[in-house]
Amino acid sequence: MRVNFTVNGRPQEADDVWEGESLLYVLRERMGLPGSKNACEQGECGSCTVRLDGVPVCSCLVAAGQVEGRDVVTVEGLAEFAKQRDEHGHGGACGTGGGCGSKGGVSLDEAKRWQSKPGDSQTGEGVELSNIQQAFIDAGAVQCGFCTPGLLVQADALLEENSSPSDQDIREALSGNLCRCTGYEKILDAVRLAAARQSEAV
Amino acid sequence: MAQNTRTVPAGTPTNVTQKHTKGGIGESTLRPDGTLKVTGEFAYSSDMWHEDMLWGQTLRSTVAHAEIVSIDISEALAMPGVYSVLTYDDLPAEMKNYGLEIQDTPVLAHGRVRHHGEPVALVAADHPETARRAAAKIKIEYKELPLVTDEASALAPGAPLIHEGRDDHHIGHVPHPNIVHRQPIIRGNVEEARKRADVIVEGEYTFGMQDQAFLGPESGLAVPSEDGGVELYVATQWLHSDLGQIAPVLGLPPEKVRMTLSGVGGAFGGREDISMQIHACLLALATNKPVKIVYNRFESFFGHVHRHPAKLYYEHGATKDGKLTHMKCKIVLDGGAYASASPAVVGNASSLSVGPYVLEDVDIEAIALYTNNPPCGAMRGFGAVQACFAYEAQMDKLAAKLGMDPVEFRQLNAMEMGTVMPTGQVVDAPAPVAELLRRVKARPLPPERQWETAGENADVRALPGGLSNTTHGESVVRGVGYAVGIKNVGFSEGFDDYSTARVRLEVINGEPVAMVHTAMAEVGQGGITVHAQIARTELGVTQVTIHPADTQVGSAGSTSASRQTYMTGGAVKNTCEAVREALLEIGRRKNGSYHPAWATAELLLEGGKVVTDGGEVLADIAEILEDEAIDLELEYRHHPTVPFDLVTGQGNGHVQYTFAAHRAVVEVDTELGLVKVVELATAQDVGKALNMLSVVGQIQGGTTQGLGVAIMEEIIVDPKTAKVRNPSFTDYLIPTILDTPTIPVDVLELADPKAPYGLRGMGEAPTLSSTPAVIAAIRQATGLDINKTPIRPEMLTGTL
Repeated sequence: MRVNFTVNGRPQEADDVWEGESLLYVLRERMGLPGSKNACEQGECGSCTVRLDGVPVCSCLVAAGQVEGRDVVTVEGLAEFAKQRDEHGHGGACGTGGGCGSKGGVSLDEAKRWQSKPGDSQTGEGVELSNIQQAFIDAGAVQCGFCTPGLLVQADALLEENSSPSDQDIREALSGNLCRCTGYEKILDAVRLAAARQSEAV
Repeated sequence: MAQNTRTVPAGTPTNVTQKHTKGGIGESTLRPDGTLKVTGEFAYSSDMWHEDMLWGQTLRSTVAHAEIVSIDISEALAMPGVYSVLTYDDLPAEMKNYGLEIQDTPVLAHGRVRHHGEPVALVAADHPETARRAAAKIKIEYKELPLVTDEASALAPGAPLIHEGRDDHHIGHVPHPNIVHRQPIIRGNVEEARKRADVIVEGEYTFGMQDQAFLGPESGLAVPSEDGGVELYVATQWLHSDLGQIAPVLGLPPEKVRMTLSGVGGAFGGREDISMQIHACLLALATNKPVKIVYNRFESFFGHVHRHPAKLYYEHGATKDGKLTHMKCKIVLDGGAYASASPAVVGNASSLSVGPYVLEDVDIEAIALYTNNPPCGAMRGFGAVQACFAYEAQMDKLAAKLGMDPVEFRQLNAMEMGTVMPTGQVVDAPAPVAELLRRVKARPLPPERQWETAGENADVRALPGGLSNTTHGESVVRGVGYAVGIKNVGFSEGFDDYSTARVRLEVINGEPVAMVHTAMAEVGQGGITVHAQIARTELGVTQVTIHPADTQVGSAGSTSASRQTYMTGGAVKNTCEAVREALLEIGRRKNGSYHPAWATAELLLEGGKVVTDGGEVLADIAEILEDEAIDLELEYRHHPTVPFDLVTGQGNGHVQYTFAAHRAVVEVDTELGLVKVVELATAQDVGKALNMLSVVGQIQGGTTQGLGVAIMEEIIVDPKTAKVRNPSFTDYLIPTILDTPTIPVDVLELADPKAPYGLRGMGEAPTLSSTPAVIAAIRQATGLDINKTPIRPEMLTGTL
């Protein structure tokens, strides 16, 4: 089957998609976006978390066909997504089919307004990072880094909804993201740091 | 500049440069790969891609012990999209087995399978699902054989031999062919010492099978090359060890197997053994196409060895004033179907079975069994973890029996510099065991019953059961537990443990740049960060490029045994020193006649300049070098060790020791058997923290893995069938951020004079004492005698 959807602000078309293929597989193997990670492919570890019409989901549990006509944001587009959110605000205007819940989120229309930018894929130099990405680096929350993309997408969504989360809020929001290296303490530090920087910037 | 210019995989981690930063040792410089990792650009081994690439799939045994009567691949081979199906008959070389020390592991099962999940056949197809479906169409007829699952069944008269006709070098000294290796340690006179004991305690302890559960699954890409060889991009802990096992079974000379490390998503010992490496190469050579293999989580649980489950039998005595008199122990490790690292794990378990205590009269025996259970090998802590769980429980028992404080009792018996180990080895570097315990004990305790004292701010999420809202604190009790452990650093028992570094210094765009090339596997621990720090410190340059790890440079040894900063860090340091000397020699030649300090002063490299120890600038590095490049490759070795005597266990077998202590605070809902670890305070001596941010991250991560094995982690093997029952993240639980408490870390830096910068390998020690501390706290909270990991709710509610 053919699937048309938007990834990181760019319209994409995938052909010959097998009906059992996950969104994760399509992103990684067909779109060349391996940032979403394949750690359990069972919805248990959160490493493949992406925003689907603004809602964080495990892309391994989403059938590719389900994303027809919808918007996906992956870690590759996170910095630009956050930037455009800062510039345009999100205002909690959820589309009716967006499923972004009562707490707000980024609407379909808003998601469509932005475009991702190419970066230097080898050194990362010249890449503008989002607040949460920079905080993860600064706090030492990245070790092997395999869980990092999913955690970033999830943590960014948390801070979008709750600009000053308590530790328990952070723990609750990130409880679906496994990390085997860090012991989570520095991940907590990173989210706290990002929240503090976010509040300073306002 | 030398760079990996291969075009094949999408973005092998390559040129990581940090510009305009001081960033020498001792600073918490940030990871050079951090930006790539937070943007999703960092290429892990499962992200590799090649045009025209096929997908490999392994077919694994559905039974634990059986004769293979027949294999029919015809239906699989006939499927559209399938390029190749391989079985044992297709192996190209005479050598058909591999293994870290004993080559007893078949590349593909021949004639017999010895454990559930053993690889039997391989498929290459154009889509991973096609490969999976084709593998499912391979028909295998098994004739099941009697199972060996534990010590009793392994050593029973007439027990099936897991490896008939063994000819490895351990067979001569083991009492039964189903024992991989046996290490006794006899010192002093236990019978005499026992007479001095006022109290004696015995204990039997069971340690469950833990999994490394690294997040990045086993994966890699093999690309056939024009010369008939193969290029392999893979996540591993030791490229050269893999190479030594891969080339012989492919029937290729080692130079025709070119390996490059691709991004590693955690390791913890689980990547010391071969997993998909050989299989991908075989398929690539058979199809003449690039082949990628990516395990899913289910297969990952079968694709690597686990931590040895163990039974430990201990007896300790002490005088009424609290001095240990003697210790007897027997440690039985289940090594599963193949040897992997079992012999070395036995050496560690026996030689570290006493813990960080002074004990002169001991009678120790450790063995590892061959069984039909999943193979077990390296995991963080490596034999010392199981022993620590047992000896720390014994310390608590003795203290309780004597009516002493458990920390004071440990401090009274704590080893220190100069203590003689049960192996006869003298501890010749600081061993601050009592001090580490003092530090964790001195830390203020977290407030009790916060959900009551917090009033309106009470947060049910802080209680055992958390968001499930299963209690409001009615049956919640608190406990505090302590533990301390000792771990060896580096490869022991006479192993020729070395590492290699190549360092190139040249001028690029007017600025001196150092390139560091090693084969060290960066598995997340931060080695590449400290290599750059070391090069900056030693060469006085700000720009350092870390070359991708590959087999074009000499071996770096394994990223395990807490050895990499010591060994490859040491190699980088040594090589940088030689480069510095070569640079100064050029400087003396060119400029020596202009300034007497070239011949008379101690010269240093700082800020891109040659300076005297008095701070006088003699020249720019760039001016001295001009168009020349200094390029050296050197090996580094730690001081030698010897094997333990096979009868007495005596010998200077270890390189260095490392110590960590924990205090655990837990709250237990005694009605539901739910445990909430409230805090897990740690103190550790690291000798010298080259990068404190990374050190603390490692300590917290290791502590959490120890917490996991205390309260949730276990691979459950059905004792009747030897089949693994929980190979998924749904059923094998690792701690989430909700299960993991605050982990305050207290770092000591007491230099080891023999080690580079005085550092102490530190990655494993925190995993040791975390488990017994948590379990001691649960014992204290509940009053229950718990001698098993992991703790299950039914053990706490009496409903087992």
